[in-house]
Amino acid sequence: MKVYVPRDAAAKALGAEAVAAAVLREAEARGVTVDLIRNGSRGMVWLEPLVEIESDAGRLAFGPMGAGDVAALFDDPAAHPKALGPTEELDWMKRQTRLTFARVGVTDPLSLEDYEAHGGLAGLRRALDLPAAEIVEEVTASGLRGRGGAGFPTGIKWKTVAEARADRKYIVCNADEGDSGTFADRMLIEGDPFALIEGMAIAGLACGAEKGFVYLRSEYPDAIEVFAAALPIAREAGLLGPSLLGRGPGFDIELRVGAGAYVCGEETSLLNSLEGKRAVVRAKPPLPALEGLFGRPTVVNNVISLATVPYVLAEGAAAYQAHGHQRSRGTMPLQIAGNVKRGGLFEIAFGVTLGEIVNEIGGGTASGRPVKAVQVGGPLGAYFPPALFDTPFGYEDYTALDGLIGHAGIVVFDDSADMLAQARFALEFCAIESCGKCTPCRIGAVRGVETVDRIAAGDSSAVALLEDLCATMKAGSLCALGGFTPYPVLSALRHFPGDFPAAREAAE
Amino acid sequence: MPANASPPEPLAEAVAEICARHAGLEGPLLPILHEVQAAFGHLPEAAVPMIADALNLGRAEVHGVASFYHDFRSAPAGRHVVKLCRAEACQAMGAEALAAQVQGDLGIGWHETSSDGRVTLEPVFCLGLCACGPAAMIDGELVGRADAEGIEAMLGAEAGQ
Repeated sequence: MKVYVPRDAAAKALGAEAVAAAVLREAEARGVTVDLIRNGSRGMVWLEPLVEIESDAGRLAFGPMGAGDVAALFDDPAAHPKALGPTEELDWMKRQTRLTFARVGVTDPLSLEDYEAHGGLAGLRRALDLPAAEIVEEVTASGLRGRGGAGFPTGIKWKTVAEARADRKYIVCNADEGDSGTFADRMLIEGDPFALIEGMAIAGLACGAEKGFVYLRSEYPDAIEVFAAALPIAREAGLLGPSLLGRGPGFDIELRVGAGAYVCGEETSLLNSLEGKRAVVRAKPPLPALEGLFGRPTVVNNVISLATVPYVLAEGAAAYQAHGHQRSRGTMPLQIAGNVKRGGLFEIAFGVTLGEIVNEIGGGTASGRPVKAVQVGGPLGAYFPPALFDTPFGYEDYTALDGLIGHAGIVVFDDSADMLAQARFALEFCAIESCGKCTPCRIGAVRGVETVDRIAAGDSSAVALLEDLCATMKAGSLCALGGFTPYPVLSALRHFPGDFPAAREAAE
Repeated sequence: MPANASPPEPLAEAVAEICARHAGLEGPLLPILHEVQAAFGHLPEAAVPMIADALNLGRAEVHGVASFYHDFRSAPAGRHVVKLCRAEACQAMGAEALAAQVQGDLGIGWHETSSDGRVTLEPVFCLGLCACGPAAMIDGELVGRADAEGIEAMLGAEAGQ
């Protein structure tokens, strides 16, 4: 009997360890041989811990499971009160286009055999047969853009590094996923770490780099554990080491753990952190692609960008490019979070509207109350009211509305949310996490909190001051932390004036 | 005597050993600071000049790095560390109310340790459990849909009460 119990952090936080222990205990008591696989999560967090058993009809899902529900699995699974039916037939699974997350939740994350059996390494094998410039061209043609939030074309960045001349180059994976509402990087690393390793190896081939770093945040102990275990397996099999798969140049990866600084998600402060310095932001230029880690040409890419590359190489740029909407090509793993009935990870082509995401896929709020606001793109993203629910999901569509898609975190709030408090929090967060290098961010965030407090106290003249301060932060900050904090603040002010008593008075 | 109540001499030995083991790394300071903290529960002030000497850095530079990052603590934490997520997705599920209740129950604020040394309370900005908030981490163990009763039960169970 083959049983799958996710080892994903969210599943564990909801009791997966107790369920896994109960499976082993029950099997022993009944004298049944059980093959227990600790897979990644299928992404249906509201059904976690989601247990699957293998049957003639494919994998059958059960959830949310408690330890007390395990015994009945061994009796008549079809009659189990938590039975959900075949996993692949669930509406949540059927509606997705899983390209980057194709294997997450399906395979054993630490089995390289399983990885290969599900299409892994095909991309790297093809890349090894191509000249470096053609690998870069394939990635450029796919339309893949930076999935960390900035949306810069991945192929163009690679081209700059590939053409730079230096004694050493680096591939750095930004796995400092600090944005609230996002967990795609975590799920990918916990559920399919070899996809990231393969993507980085392809990047190394394309750019002429033999060393990679994964900068993973310390708040993700499970991802750290899985990735640290995956590296020696990859080396043992020749996927990493002195010669890629025994026929390419050398490439190896080192795992580095962050230390709780949000600003390290910004690429230049991440590089300083890797070098062992205070994680202050660097001014650009020089671009990291030319002078990055230790002054050498460096690719800095998000986990999802890198983990998508194997698909692009294996299936071809056209296959990836065929999905999407306008200049946002391919798919995006949406992370539906906050006060939502069905939260989790949902990979779909760009173009889906915000209303579809929140109401149809997410099922509305968990509390059953009306949706008031949706913050898209993390703590630096704008708050959208339901009036903007027809906005299609795409980089340019959100920019046009003074927002951003960021790392595609969608955080739903019900009507009990106080948007003045949310605006204040955005500034408070910026003040806590500012690296201190530039004045608009370091001082502006503190003054911003004070100004919001004045508005809350009824000082209507403070509204114009807040808008002015936000304009200064937006235009004058060195990086996105100070530069984008105005998005949540101004969107709260613009779309929810009723929560700002002084703003309402000023308008009247 | 518990293993963590080490006299000064083992500190020098341990720090020297940790620094030597990381000498070959590119940019070894953060991994060294992580290991020293893992070994001693905090970064003892006396370790700063030792690390600086080993890496040929100024003391101010090492202090600057150690004090920049939220993870590094200059004093030992309580016997239990409770981290509560304060970020937006957890706020949408009542994280603020949970924090207020836990603070009231424990009688401490953020970054404080109860007077009996039992619990340290810290904010955290995102544990990646945004679809099952509010999220907490109790002594390294993640908790989704956390509530004050559950947190107190975990603390009580682990303290053997």
